[in-house]
Amino acid sequence: MLAWLDTLLQGTLLGGLYALYATGLSLIFGIMRLVNLAHGDLIVFAAFMILVLSQALGIDSIIAFAIAVPLMFAIGYGLQAILLNRTLGADALPPLLVTFGLSIIVQNGLLETFSADSRRLHVGTLDASSISLGGFAAVGVMPLLGLLAAVVVIIALNQLFYRTGLGRALRATSDDAETAQLMGINNAHIYALAMGLAMAVGAVAAFFLGARANFDPTIGPARLIYAFEAVIIGGLGSLWGTLAGGIVVGVAQAIGARINPEWQILAGHIAFLAILIIRPRGLFPRMAD
Amino acid sequence: MQIADPAIARKLAAGIAVALLGVLIVLPLFASRALLQDLFFVFTMLALAQYWNLLAGYAGLVSIGQQAFVGLGAYTLFATTIAGLDPLPAILIAGAVAAVLALPTGFVLFRLRGAYFAIGSWVAAEIFRLLLAQMKQLGGGTGMSLGPEITNSMAGLDFIKSAFDMRISAARDTALYWLALCLVVTTLTAVYLLLRSRQGLALAAIRDSEPAAESVGVDSVRTKLLVYVLAAFGTGMVGALIYLQKARISPDAAFSVLDWTAYVIFIVIIGGIGTIEGPIIGAIILYILQDQLAALGPWYLMALGTLAVIVMLVAPKGLWGVLSERFDIQLFPLRRQFRQ
Repeated sequence: MLAWLDTLLQGTLLGGLYALYATGLSLIFGIMRLVNLAHGDLIVFAAFMILVLSQALGIDSIIAFAIAVPLMFAIGYGLQAILLNRTLGADALPPLLVTFGLSIIVQNGLLETFSADSRRLHVGTLDASSISLGGFAAVGVMPLLGLLAAVVVIIALNQLFYRTGLGRALRATSDDAETAQLMGINNAHIYALAMGLAMAVGAVAAFFLGARANFDPTIGPARLIYAFEAVIIGGLGSLWGTLAGGIVVGVAQAIGARINPEWQILAGHIAFLAILIIRPRGLFPRMAD
Repeated sequence: MQIADPAIARKLAAGIAVALLGVLIVLPLFASRALLQDLFFVFTMLALAQYWNLLAGYAGLVSIGQQAFVGLGAYTLFATTIAGLDPLPAILIAGAVAAVLALPTGFVLFRLRGAYFAIGSWVAAEIFRLLLAQMKQLGGGTGMSLGPEITNSMAGLDFIKSAFDMRISAARDTALYWLALCLVVTTLTAVYLLLRSRQGLALAAIRDSEPAAESVGVDSVRTKLLVYVLAAFGTGMVGALIYLQKARISPDAAFSVLDWTAYVIFIVIIGGIGTIEGPIIGAIILYILQDQLAALGPWYLMALGTLAVIVMLVAPKGLWGVLSERFDIQLFPLRRQFRQ
């Protein structure tokens, strides 16, 4: 019984990481109906960026992470302004295929630069430290911080959306892009800011990805899939729903792994399918599509 | 109009196509085995590209999960031939199994729209990959091989061997080449006929405006499901043929998104999406690029990805779109015109 509680706990912590992957995806879909198929690869890219910064400058991963967040914001902004804004329109095909091409480019660029070796971000004594919970279970400090980071990121984004002028512009563009433009909002700039935000959150996800497990250039697509499952399970348009969706995927994977280690990933996919069949619009839907 | 009558251009093109088909049929009698193997690659990739194009270019179903049906077809071929079936009927059964499994898959995936359908189809392929990795009888995660007693037992192989005085390996390449040629010609014909039929008209209507199509009585879900299942049937047969040639399978290879979907997407985009001619050009270009650049490894894939992104931004209708607009040619006429 206690062992199962431990499984639930570890799954929830894993779900926090998945929610971090998913928040950026959910954000840009909400604002511009764009699904970025390179999302997972860009998170892995950010993880390598943190690694390179910390090695090249001889600084702690945490400081490198603090530098990577604004850098990824700038990359996201540039990517949207230069490339992805050109693909937006009534046709859903161009953004899908361009981001798919981008995914292949980023993944192979990383492979060429860093080889297929597994890497890890080291965070000093936090690497292996854990908090004991009265004997039956222990939680790793980094996984716990990952879940907390997901909560903090979602609170911060909600504050931004509902308390600031920029948030109003983002919501207005999401509701009706043409009318927002008539009201003097520069949609191209708003979209670029949204992608910048998504990539900044991607950098947070990358830090916790690298600090709790090994990563290599090929793992991006799987991160995209977990993120996607979290978004759909949670329901489109709700960031708290996305967090819940991430936790559902994480817990399902932990339970699957507990029954048979080979079933971990499969169990997550099955949970996703089950929810898609029972509740096609997710657990907490807010948007029509 | 001052340009030549398009009907004459079409008749000329049809004549050339028939002559080309004749040459391709007799080719094994004097071509090298390397050339036959290269053409096998081109034909199978072209067939996969036609099915993907049918989904994405005509039915608006952008799938990133067609590797599901390549893998299912390939595994069905392995399972049935090991059980004693001749490889030829096994290819047909592989298509049927893929089509049958496409029904429930489509039923679930059609709840997702647009971009979400794309990733959903990928998840479906991952589920099939993980399930097959659990099947110890079929080699589990590491996969298995087909022995020569199976690959050399194909019906007709002995006939080719004695009729053309070939060794068994050359006869095998010839037979596989003819099968690939037969499959790609059937695919082109089937796609063409489907698009010219009432269902094809319904597809075009859905692509242009789904609500408008439904308002005039088109059942869009049924039409899309039909195309999805048909594409799965064809893709499954191609997958079975590819793995009959490889004679070695593993879940990671048979369900590879890169090999069976990414390359296929590049073929269609670069050649021209939403046309039958486009993927033909795209498959030839991919073959040339692969031949020249594949040794560069990751650089090759980066170049291919960049090319696809540029084509999508600059000429979204691909090379064939540019050519066909510039010279007003159409080899597979699908546009419906009013009589003057």
